[in-house]
This record gives sequence, structure tokens and C-alpha cells, in this order.
Amino acid sequence: MATARVNALYVRRRARNTIAKSLAYAAAAFGLGWLVLILAVLLFHGVGGLSLSVFTQNTPPPGSEGGLLNAIVGSLAMTLLAIAIGTPIGILAGTYLAEYGRHDKLSSIVRFINDILLSAPSIVVGLFIYEVMVAPMGHFSGYAGAVALAIIVIPVVVRTTEDMLRLVPDTLREAAASIGLPRAHMIVRIAYRAARAGIVTGILLAVARISGETAPLLFTALNNQFWSLNMNAPMPSLPVVIFQFALSPYEEWQKLAWTGALLITVTVLALSILARSLTARRT
Amino acid sequence: MSEVALNDTNVTAGAGVTRASALNRLRTTDVAFRTLTRIAVFTVLALLSGVILALIIGSVPAFKAFGFGFVTTEVWNPVTEKFGALAPVYGTLVTSFIALVIAVPVGLMIAFFLTELCPMWLRRPIGISIELLAGIPSIIYGIWGLFIFAPFVQKYIQPFLIDTFDGVPGLQDVFAGPPYGIGMLTAGFILAIMVLPFITSISRDVFDAVPAVLKEATYGLGCTTWEVFKHVILPYTRVGVIGGVMLGLGRALGETMAVTFVIGNAHTVSASILAPGTTISASIANEFTEAVGDLYTSSLIALGLILFVITFIVLAIARYMLLRLQQKGR
Repeated sequence: MATARVNALYVRRRARNTIAKSLAYAAAAFGLGWLVLILAVLLFHGVGGLSLSVFTQNTPPPGSEGGLLNAIVGSLAMTLLAIAIGTPIGILAGTYLAEYGRHDKLSSIVRFINDILLSAPSIVVGLFIYEVMVAPMGHFSGYAGAVALAIIVIPVVVRTTEDMLRLVPDTLREAAASIGLPRAHMIVRIAYRAARAGIVTGILLAVARISGETAPLLFTALNNQFWSLNMNAPMPSLPVVIFQFALSPYEEWQKLAWTGALLITVTVLALSILARSLTARRT
Repeated sequence: MSEVALNDTNVTAGAGVTRASALNRLRTTDVAFRTLTRIAVFTVLALLSGVILALIIGSVPAFKAFGFGFVTTEVWNPVTEKFGALAPVYGTLVTSFIALVIAVPVGLMIAFFLTELCPMWLRRPIGISIELLAGIPSIIYGIWGLFIFAPFVQKYIQPFLIDTFDGVPGLQDVFAGPPYGIGMLTAGFILAIMVLPFITSISRDVFDAVPAVLKEATYGLGCTTWEVFKHVILPYTRVGVIGGVMLGLGRALGETMAVTFVIGNAHTVSASILAPGTTISASIANEFTEAVGDLYTSSLIALGLILFVITFIVLAIARYMLLRLQQKGR
């Protein structure tokens, strides 16, 4: 009798274990399935529209064929400017956190605030820039878009720079100090060099993050149907064009939206994989 | 600068002057660099305070006009200029809740799989693939959700839910209404896929930090893999897992583009999760550029402020939880 009960318990535990394990396998398949599904759909819808005209023609008026040239150029311009603004600030702030104020009170506050900025809703950043740049200037502009993106770049770069500088062994710093190298020179010549791959990874991740950002651009850079390199005027960008075209009833526009979506996804995934492989080789 | 130091030691006569000026130069650059890093740190501080300040100033007209009833009013009428935040706030909370209901169990199970079941050589590739889901821009989820997922939901999932729960008290109201395809359930589901990688990667990291001795001891008692997970790994890492979930929640609350595509943008509070609704971020994204009149703009900025306050609290709790775990690990 007793053994029967023990056996029943044993069988039940085994069964529960098997069920849980199968669920875990199923969950993993579910997660991977979505990645595959999303990529497959993107390829299916996007590749068809991929042609040379996408890169040589501007966004068309409703109901006619065209390309995405002005949107691609606008995205590139704003991304470059955002990186140019955000990276130096991010690296310097990360340097302070890792080198000068590793344990002081200011650093722990800034670390916390940086983490909040890192995951803060990007649309709020758009609102902020609208209030401090677009409204005073009186018009939407590529500059406003770039600054909004820069605010998203900064926390990413701060975080990775600090993490990577912390991986640099203190013995290197002490060796530099022992030959009389001032701290700033030790940081620039030794610590930055040792952490270079990691810092570059952070910048790449930041580029990946902002090249798909739409929300902060909606009411800062707005959009522009035409070819424009004037950053003081409304500027088109790939994500905003996708947003506008996908929600439109015109078939040509929807097709271009899919193609644009494919371009962005390929860029972003390539950047994140590149970033990973940079650090993977190091560690 | 090491070259300078070397050169200086080789010069014997008249070295004092050049040495002093070189030292001076070093000192200036040293101080200058230090100051620069400090300025950068204060810039980060100023950014957050600037965002909060700008939102508060921008939303003053709305709160002046509607008082705190702004948060509890459902009306959203641009024509009569009556605005209330209840519908977007409700939509934000409901979609995020749906996202967590789906993403937490699945994310934890994936982390369980990655740390306990998966063969070693597959762990890295599968882990990276799941994390790549986090890298896909939200606009891609949006366009995908609108064209592929919403029609699927409309055709299969919603009719099934409506039929199944028809006549069940309580539940029939939650799953009521015509199948639109777009709506809060669809938005919540897409959010679930988006926050899944965050929950998975943090859970995996904290599961990996469980001392092997603990697990081995439990296996030694004759426990099954599932029992080890449930009774040892989960309780040990509870704080970290909650931190990860909160981080995912923070993402879900503020997510804009993916939701904007599939939520339907209807300023109503309805019991049915199949009905179209709106979220804070979707309202702002949809209406801000078209908003005419200061009160309309200000109401949207006030929505932004509410969103920021909610996510700030959630993220602060997440950070606190994860920080506590780090200190415990030390």
C-alpha cells in the first residue's frame, strides 16, 4: 500500500517535470519562432520592392512609383549629427563615473538617472525637444530631430563606457601613475586604448538604437516629401516615412514602407551583431 | 606624454625652464579634462531635470483648466476642448498588463530552458537570437502587427475568444464585441513579444548566478529539474526576476510606435480587451502634430508627464530591486 502511494507520487513528480520541461522547450521555440516569423515576413514583403530606384528616387506623391532616397539621406544626416553630439558627452560622463567619481555620491545619483534615461519612453524625449527647440524656433527642423536622437544616444554610451572602463585592470592605472603620468593622460592614453573595443561597441549599439527610432522624430524633424539637406528645415527620415506610408491607403506607399522596414531591420541587426562580435573577441 | 618625460630627463642644461613649462602644460590639460568630464556628468543630470521641468511647465495650462479631474475624466473632445486622461491611462495600464501576463511566464520558461535544459553549444546562439528581438525597431513590430498579426487575430483568435466566453459571467464582458483585429489585446500581445527579451535576458543572468552547490545539493536529494527550478532557483533569484519584470513593464508602458499601429486610437474606456482603445504614447504620437490650440497641446504634454511619472516609478523600483540583488551577491 505504502509503496503504491510512493510510486504514485513518484510518477506524478516525473510527469510534472516532463510537462514543465516541454513547456520550457515550447517557450524557447515560441520566442525563436517570432524572430523567424518577423524576419520572414519582412523579407517576403520587402525584397519584392527592392530595386535601384529605391536608392535613387525621392518619396513619391500618392499613387505613383518612387524611392526612399531623401528619407535615407535624412536618416543618415540626423543619425550622424546625433552621434557627433551624443558620443563625446556620453564618453566623458562615463569616464567620470568610472575614473574620477567611482564611489562618490554624485556618481551613484548620475548612474541611477542615466538608467532611467536609458529606458525612458522615447516619445517623452520628443515632447521635451518640441518644447525647448521646435516651439522657440517656430518650425520643425532636422537639428531638433538630431538633438532628440542625441538624448537617446547619451545614456547608452555612458553605460557602456563606464562598464568597459571598469574592466580595465587597476594595475595598468597604477603603472601609469608610477611613471608620473597625470590622470587625464593615463585615461586617454591607457584606459581608453584598453577599452577601445567596448566603447566602439557602445557607439554601434547607440547607432542601432536610434536608426529605428520614430517617436522622438515625429514632432521634431517632422517629415518632408522632397529632397532636402537643409537641417534647419523639416527633414524626412526612414522610420517616419515608414509610419506615414504604412498607414496610408495607397498600395505603392505601403510597398515602399515594407522595403524601408526591411532596410532598417537589416541595418539594425547587422549593427547589433557587429557590436557583439567586437566584444566577444575580446573576452 | 611619456615622450615628454623621457626627453626631459635627457636634457641636463637649462632643463629647469622647459621642465616647468611642460609640467604646467600637463597640469592644465589634466585639470581641463577633469572639468570636461564633470560638465558631461552634469549634462546628464540636467537632461533629466530638463525633461521633467519642460513637461511640468508644458502641462500647466491643462491642469489649470481641468484640475486633477484631468486624470479621472474620460472625455477627449478636441472640438469643445474638453480633455481627460482616463482612457489613455487605462489603455496604457491594460495593454502593459496583458503584455506582462504573456511575457512573464514565457520569458521565465525560456530562461529556465537556457540555463538548465539547453545544450551548452546552443546556449549562446539561442540567447543572442532572443536578444535580437529586443533590437528590432518598434516601428517594425508596428507594421508587422498591422498587416500580418491584426488580420490573423481578427479572423481566428477574436472570434474564438468571443464564442468561448459567450455566456460566462464576467468574462463575456472582457471578451465582448465585434472582432476588429486591432485593439487592446492585439497591442498587448505585440508588447509581450517586445518585452520578452528583457525579461528573458535578466532572468537568465540571475539564474546563472545561483551557486551550483545549491542546485547540486537539491539534485542530490532526488529532486527533478523542475523542482530544483521552482524550489531553489526561483526563490533564490526572486528579487532579480522582479527587477527584470519591472524593467520590461517600464518598456511596455512607454512603447509608442508598435502600439500606435494596432491600438485603434479610440478615446474610450471599455471593459472588453478586444475593443479599440488608446494609450498615452499612442495618443501623443497620433495627435500631437495635428493639435491646434494651446489647451489641446498642453493636454497632450500633460499625458506625457503622467506617462513619465508612471515609468519613472516603475523603473526606479526595478533599479532598486536589481541593486539589492547585486549587493546580496557581494
